[in-house]
Amino acid sequence: MLKHITCTVCPMSCNVELTLGEDNEILSLTGNKCARGKAYATSEHLHPERTLTSIVKAKGGMHPVLPVRTNKPIPKDKLKEGMQVVSKVEAQAPIKMGDVIVADFLGLGVDLVATRDL
Amino acid sequence: MKQVHVDVAVIGGGPAGLAASLAARKEGAERVLIIERNTELGGILQQCIHHGFGLHRFKEELTGPEYAQRFIDFIKETDIEVMLETMVLEVTPERKIYAVNSESGMLEIHAKSIVLAMGCRERTRGALRIPGGRPAGVYSAGTAQRYVNIDGYVPGKKAVILGSGDIGLIMARRFTLEGAKVEAVVEVLPYAAGLTRNVVQCLEDYDIPLYLQSTVIEIHGNKRIEAVTIAQVDEKWNPIPGTERKIECDTLLLSVGLVPENELSSQAGVAIDPITNGPLVDDAMMTNLPGIFACGNVLHVHDLVDNVSKESERAGMYAGRYALGKSSEKARRIKVQAGENIRYVVPHEVSSEEPVEFFMRVQRPQDDVALDVGGLRRIRKTSVRPSEMLDVKITPEQLQSLEGDTLVIQIVEQ
Amino acid sequence: MKVTDKQTLTAQVVIVGGGIIGTATARELSRYNVDVLLLEAEAEVGWGTTKANSGIVHGGFHEEPGTLKAKYCFPGNQMYPQLCEELDVCFKQNGILMVGRTPEEMETVQEYYKRGTERGVKLQLLSREELLEQEPNLDPELAGALYAPEGGSVMPFELAAALMENAVQNGVRYEVNAKVIGAWAEGGKKYLETAEKVIEADYVINAAGLFSDDLARMFGDDYFSIRPRKGEEYIFDLSVKDMVKSTIFPVPGKISKGILVIPTAAGNLMMGPTGDNVDEKEDLGTSQDGFNRVFDGAKSLVPGLDPRKIIAQFAGVRAASDRGDFIVELSPNVPGLVHLAGIESPGLTAAPAIAADVPRLLREAGLELEEKEDFNPRRSGVIRFHTLSREEQDKLVQEDPSFGRIICRCESITEGEIVDAIHRGARTLDGIKFRVRAGAGRCQGGFCQPFITQILSRELGIPVTQVTKAGPGSEQVKYEAKELSEQEVL
Repeated sequence: MLKHITCTVCPMSCNVELTLGEDNEILSLTGNKCARGKAYATSEHLHPERTLTSIVKAKGGMHPVLPVRTNKPIPKDKLKEGMQVVSKVEAQAPIKMGDVIVADFLGLGVDLVATRDL
Repeated sequence: MKQVHVDVAVIGGGPAGLAASLAARKEGAERVLIIERNTELGGILQQCIHHGFGLHRFKEELTGPEYAQRFIDFIKETDIEVMLETMVLEVTPERKIYAVNSESGMLEIHAKSIVLAMGCRERTRGALRIPGGRPAGVYSAGTAQRYVNIDGYVPGKKAVILGSGDIGLIMARRFTLEGAKVEAVVEVLPYAAGLTRNVVQCLEDYDIPLYLQSTVIEIHGNKRIEAVTIAQVDEKWNPIPGTERKIECDTLLLSVGLVPENELSSQAGVAIDPITNGPLVDDAMMTNLPGIFACGNVLHVHDLVDNVSKESERAGMYAGRYALGKSSEKARRIKVQAGENIRYVVPHEVSSEEPVEFFMRVQRPQDDVALDVGGLRRIRKTSVRPSEMLDVKITPEQLQSLEGDTLVIQIVEQ
Repeated sequence: MKVTDKQTLTAQVVIVGGGIIGTATARELSRYNVDVLLLEAEAEVGWGTTKANSGIVHGGFHEEPGTLKAKYCFPGNQMYPQLCEELDVCFKQNGILMVGRTPEEMETVQEYYKRGTERGVKLQLLSREELLEQEPNLDPELAGALYAPEGGSVMPFELAAALMENAVQNGVRYEVNAKVIGAWAEGGKKYLETAEKVIEADYVINAAGLFSDDLARMFGDDYFSIRPRKGEEYIFDLSVKDMVKSTIFPVPGKISKGILVIPTAAGNLMMGPTGDNVDEKEDLGTSQDGFNRVFDGAKSLVPGLDPRKIIAQFAGVRAASDRGDFIVELSPNVPGLVHLAGIESPGLTAAPAIAADVPRLLREAGLELEEKEDFNPRRSGVIRFHTLSREEQDKLVQEDPSFGRIICRCESITEGEIVDAIHRGARTLDGIKFRVRAGAGRCQGGFCQPFITQILSRELGIPVTQVTKAGPGSEQVKYEAKELSEQEVL
C-alpha cells in the first residue's frame, strides 16, 4: 500500500511516497531529497504529533480569554478530545506565562500551559 | 501641550519596535521611548496564539505571545519608556511627533531620531471589489483573529476563507478548533500561498478543501452573508464562465494580502517604494528623511518574526547612533537593483562602509538556482518561493570590491 | 400578533420613512405645534435610498421646466447653505462642472446654460483653456464646460441624521425597526401597523421611498408605481482626493445624468453612478460589469484615475416613479394622506424645498399649523476631532479624556465622538460609520471594528453578540468562545 506525505521541514516540500506493509510498517520510502525528510515522513506516519494551541476562558484579566498550548506535542488523533477538554476549562487571573492550566493533559504526560501573562 | 524630549522615539511596540528600542538603548541612546496604540506591547503577536515563532532566534517554537513576552521582559529590565494607548497622529520631517492619549492629551514629542515600526494593515474586500452586497459576516482574517483570540468571540459557524496565505490557513484551523465549520479555502494562485507546514497542519489535518486557481466572484446575502459564489480563474485571474459554484456560509474571511501602514510616513515626506509599499532605506535602515528609520512590516511584509527582530535591531542601532551624533555622511552610494526573478530587495541603497543583510523575495517559484549578489557572492538554493523571504549577508570588503554604482541581485539558473 | 393585541400609539401626523424626505419633513413640521411621529423600517434613519445617494447638491440647471423636479431643485439648492450651517453638517460648496467634448455636446451645454440662467442659477461658460486651468487633471480633449459655483455635496446620511436630531430636539418622536406592514383609513383616522404596534394618525405623510407605492396601495391608492433603478459607486483612497476640485458631469444621456467624478463632502473622491432598472427593490449588489462602466465613464473625464486606489464600493436603488417626475400631492382618494414619492435625482437637493411645501399640503387637507415660539433650528455640540488644531485637540482631551483615545486610526476618530454618535441615535456599526466616519477609511474597519463593537455593547447595555452591523439579522460576532464547541462535536 502506498501513502503520500508532504514533508514540511524545508520549502522544497518533497512529496514522500511510503510503501507500507500489512501491519502498516514502512517497507520503503522515496521522494525525499534529504535525510531529514526521511525522518519526518517516518515520524509523521508512525506517530503523527501536533502541538495544540488554543484559548481558554479566563476571569479577572485584561482579556476574557487566555492563549494556551501543550508544552509538548501530543498525538494528532487526540486533538479533538483535547479541544473538548479545552472548551470546558476556565482560568483565573492573575496568570503568568508558563503557568500550568491543566496538568497531565489527557493523561499524556504533557501540560497545558499559559502562553502569556494575564 | 505636553512637551517630551527623547533621543530615540519608536512608533509601534510590536516585534519591530521592541527589538529596535532595545538595540537603540544598547547603542547608548539614553532616552528611548516606545509609542504604542494598544493597551499592551507585543503588537500583532498577541493575537497570533499559534506556535512556530522564534525557531531561528531562540531555537524554540514559541507562540506569538511567548515571543513577545521574551522581548517585553528584556524591556522591563531597562529604563526604556513606554506610552501605551497612545496614537501617533503626525510625524514631521524635523522629527517632531504629535501623539495623543487620554491621560496626557496631545503630546509634542521631539526626537533626535525616529524608528517607524507601525506594521501593516490588511487588504480589504473594497480593494478587491468583490461583487455583491455588503452584509455582515465578511471580515479580514486578522480582524477575525482578534475577535477570536483576544476578545473571545467567534464570528460565525460556517466559513469560507479567501486566500491561502498563512493568516488564512491559521484561521482555518482556529475556526475549526473553536467549533466552526470551514467549508473551503479558496486561492487564486495555482499553489498555496502560505507555508506547506500550514497547509498540512491547518487544512489537511482537518480535511478542509483547498480550491486553487479559484476566487470568490460574488457575495450573497442582505443583512448577513448567506453564501459565496466561487469560480475558477485563468492565468490572468479572470473567472472562467461555467465553473461557478455556490457555497453556503455565514462567514467569509479575507486573507488577501498585507499592506505596510505608511500613512504617517508618506505624510512626513518619506519616499516610498511602490513595490514594497514601504519606505526606501539605506544600509542604516534610514529613509530619505535624515534621522528617520524604518523596520519590520512597515518596511516590507515579512514572514518570519525572527527576521523582523534582526532587521529592527539594525535599525535601532543606527537610530541610536544617529541620536548620539555618531553618524557620518557616507562616501559612496551603491544602488541596489532587483534583477532576474527578484521582486524587491531591502535595503535599496548601501554605502560599502557597513555590513549589510539584504532581505528579498522572488517573483515566482524556481528550483535548482543560485542567488547572485552583484557577482560578489553566489549562494545555491534548492528552491525559491515568493512566500519565503531570502536573506544574504554582505561584508563591507565585498561591497568595496564592487565595480560601478549598481549592485544587481538576481536569480540565476544552475 | 393580532392587530388588536398590539400596543397603540397616536400622533397627529405620522411620517412613514426616515430618508432625506421624511427627516427633512419631520424637521420642517417640528417648527409647528403639532404632534409628529416618524416611522423608519431600518435600524437607523437615512438607510434606504438616502444612504447610497451620490450626495450631490445640484446646481439647478438640469431640470426640465414645468416639472416638479424643476420646481423644487433650485430653491432647494439655495436653502442648503443655511440649512447645513444650522444643522452643523458639512456642505462642500465646491461647484459643479458639466463638460462637453464634441460640438453637439457643447450645444447641449449652451442649452443648459440658458435654461439655468433663466431660472436664476449662477452659471459661467468655460472655454477649454479656462476649464483645464481650473481642473488640470481633466481630459485635455474636452472642449469646454458649464460651471455652477453654487453646486456642491453633502454626506446624505449625515444630513438625514442631523435633520432627525434637530426634529427630535424640537419634539418629534421616531421609531426605528418599524416597517409598516399594514395601513388603512377608518372613521376619519388613518392606521398604520408595524410588527409590534398600531399607530393612529390624523394625517399620514408617505415618504416611504422605494416602498411608497406599496404603502399607497395599502391605503387603496393604486395610481403610481416605483420603478427601482440601481446605481453603483466606487470610492477612492484619500490620497487621491485632490484630483478634481468640483464635481464633474458629462453631458447627460436620456436616462441618467451619466458617470460622474465626485469630490465628496467626506473628502474621498468617488465615481459613479450607473443607472440600471432592476426588479428587486433591495438589490444592492455591486458588479464587475457595473465597475467597468463606471470606470470607463470616469476615466474619460479624468484619465489619471487609478483603480488600485479604490477602497470601497456600494450600490443603492433610486425610488424613481413611473411618472418620471416627483409626486408631491395629496391623495385624491384618502383625505389627509400626502404622497412624497418618486423622489429620484435631484431629490436630495430638492428635499428642503419639498419639506418646506408640506405645510401647505397639510393645511389644504385641513390641519391647522401654528408656529412654535421656541423652535430651535440649530443642532449643536458636534465635535470633529480631526478638524481641530493641536492646541484645541489638547484642550478637548483635558476636558474629556474619552477624546484622547483614537479608535479609527485611518480617519482619526475618537472614542468621545463615537459615544456622542450613540447618544445622538447611532445603534449599529454602520450607523457609527455613517455618522462619524469610523470604519470608512482605507482599512475599512479592519482595525477599529473590534473596538467599536465593544463600545456599542457598553453604551447600549447589550451583549457583544447582539451588536449589529446594520440592524437585526446582521450581528457582528454571533458566538461567544466555546459556545460552538459545546454545541458541536468536531
